[in-house]
Amino acid sequence: METLASLGDGFAIALTWQNLMLALLGCFLGTVMGALPGLGPSNGVAILIPLAFTLGLGATPSLILLTSVYYGAMYGGRISSILLNIPGDEPAMMTCLDGHPMARKGLAGEALSLSGIASFVGAFLATWGLIVLAPQLVKIALLFGPAEYFALFALAFMTLGGVSSTNQAKSAFAAALGLGLATIGVDTQTGVPRFTFGEVHLYDGLDFLVAIVGLFALSEVFIFLEHRHGGSDADSRKLKIGKLYPPMSMIKSCTPTMLRTSFLGFLAGVLPGAGASLGSFISYTMEKRLVDKENTFGTGDPRGVAAPEAGNNAAAGGALVPMLALGVPGSGTTAVLLAVLLALNITPGPLLFTQNPDVVWGLVAALFIANFMLLAMNIPMVGLFTRVLMIPSRILMPIVAMVSFVGIYGISGSSFDLLVMIGFGVMGWVLRKLDVPLVPIILGTLLGNAMENNLRRAVTIDNGDWWTLIDSPLSIGLWAIAVIGFILPLIVGARVKAKMHQRRDEEGAISD
Amino acid sequence: MSDRIFGVVGLLLAIGFAISALAIEESFLSDAVGPKAFPLIIAAILGLSSAIIALRPDAEPEWPALGRLVEVGAAVVVLILYAELLPVAGFVIATAFAATYLAWRLGSGPIECILVGIGTSLGIYVIFHLVLGLSLAKGPLGF
Repeated sequence: METLASLGDGFAIALTWQNLMLALLGCFLGTVMGALPGLGPSNGVAILIPLAFTLGLGATPSLILLTSVYYGAMYGGRISSILLNIPGDEPAMMTCLDGHPMARKGLAGEALSLSGIASFVGAFLATWGLIVLAPQLVKIALLFGPAEYFALFALAFMTLGGVSSTNQAKSAFAAALGLGLATIGVDTQTGVPRFTFGEVHLYDGLDFLVAIVGLFALSEVFIFLEHRHGGSDADSRKLKIGKLYPPMSMIKSCTPTMLRTSFLGFLAGVLPGAGASLGSFISYTMEKRLVDKENTFGTGDPRGVAAPEAGNNAAAGGALVPMLALGVPGSGTTAVLLAVLLALNITPGPLLFTQNPDVVWGLVAALFIANFMLLAMNIPMVGLFTRVLMIPSRILMPIVAMVSFVGIYGISGSSFDLLVMIGFGVMGWVLRKLDVPLVPIILGTLLGNAMENNLRRAVTIDNGDWWTLIDSPLSIGLWAIAVIGFILPLIVGARVKAKMHQRRDEEGAISD
Repeated sequence: MSDRIFGVVGLLLAIGFAISALAIEESFLSDAVGPKAFPLIIAAILGLSSAIIALRPDAEPEWPALGRLVEVGAAVVVLILYAELLPVAGFVIATAFAATYLAWRLGSGPIECILVGIGTSLGIYVIFHLVLGLSLAKGPLGF
């Protein structure tokens, strides 16, 4: 009951003209970014952060804008999957399997509207899941001391690699690199400069926003330059949609699928390190095992379209749970959203729910509103977004690059930050070539300081005794999960991951 | 081979990181852990994972031909020049040139790339500066 009252307050916050317009703008931009191959949820949100800042938006409006983009991108990714067989962003790759065959059979309109409905169901149920689960998680998190937090951060890093890369050593490398980058600057506890090499600009540390925009957005531009992929994959012939509304019987036959995969996707999203790509992957595979009696999956089965779409949208909502309740994001895009909160001087985690309930519940209410807006945008108006696919990347990519520069310059007004961003762009390009995941790097730069502070606080409280880190049952439990999460993928994960990454398109944006 | 080189580079990075961590001057007022411990842990993980990458390399990634590498390198140089010249030339001019270059290298024709360059620059200027009030670099001409 208390929850419903808070939710009511949330709606009161979200239902202002400014917030509604921001949600609408976010939904629109998000769908466009999701639809365009090369721009996914994480880099889409990343290039908009500086914008939210320089507009001087408060915490709640910025979060509303950016999570609307996030949800929108999850909707938009399916459009190019279905019409062009190219995933618009990574979570949408499983939608290609049945969506494109449906389009070839002349059912493109049905596939689009059905996947729109599935996206809605997934996101809607996941938002309820967020409301129910997050406060429970907060209750547990309130028991955490510094040692437990340190273990929790370690858990996030160790499980992240399990899904985001095919090589555990490389994800460990990425996490260590990110954490190492976070230590640059003046040490917060003793005031000693570290790794600054006398460069005054580094005393403040590296701005994680600069790192994010460089790693995610600029490296994408370099990938496109490398392939000189300048054209657009769409031609008007392929973009014929046809009838827009699916027959009731189709929706009915897909309803159980949608409900099951929403639940599954939500769970996948809540797990640390998983995210929407895994959500759509396991949703599709499970549904195929469960209902594919006549072997129609892969040939244009509507259930094969509904499953991954409900799954990835539900996972997107699920991934917000650990980000808000624990301050530990479960996926790339939620890591970027965490960066927004940190940059606004809001520390996510259990205290967020008591200290800034307006942010939490305003956001939740905005998610509901955005979801309805997205449903409206993505079924009757989907034709508008298919036109976006005609934009060739030789026009799109210069715009992406320039907007990234403008955003970073707008925050700091220094050329030094732009150079650092270019450096991160090159680094991102090389690391992507080497199949090193970028998300742990981002997470490392974001959480590095908090992780170190918790470590030092825990040990200092116990007079320098390092065993305090594994002193309580809670922290032992967290460490156990972390170790299992790190070792398990070494044993069973390689096969699953290879399958999941099989369809990955190199230009199809970074994993969520 | 790429992974072996990458692993060795990572290992050197870890060693360098550890050495500069040891060189951190400790303040006389320090907590029980001090500013060195965490970086040293990180250096250890960095070194260990680099060693594993070098010893058990993945399949060779597809490196672009030399021509494409030069392409990416040239783009980096142009972007660095852009970053340096932004406060000198002013936002609109610098951005128009940079965007024109990128559009050209991605395969636009001569007229199209100039249109993209000028369009991007003016579009961003109007939306971000005139409408949203973001402060952009001012050149000698005031824009």
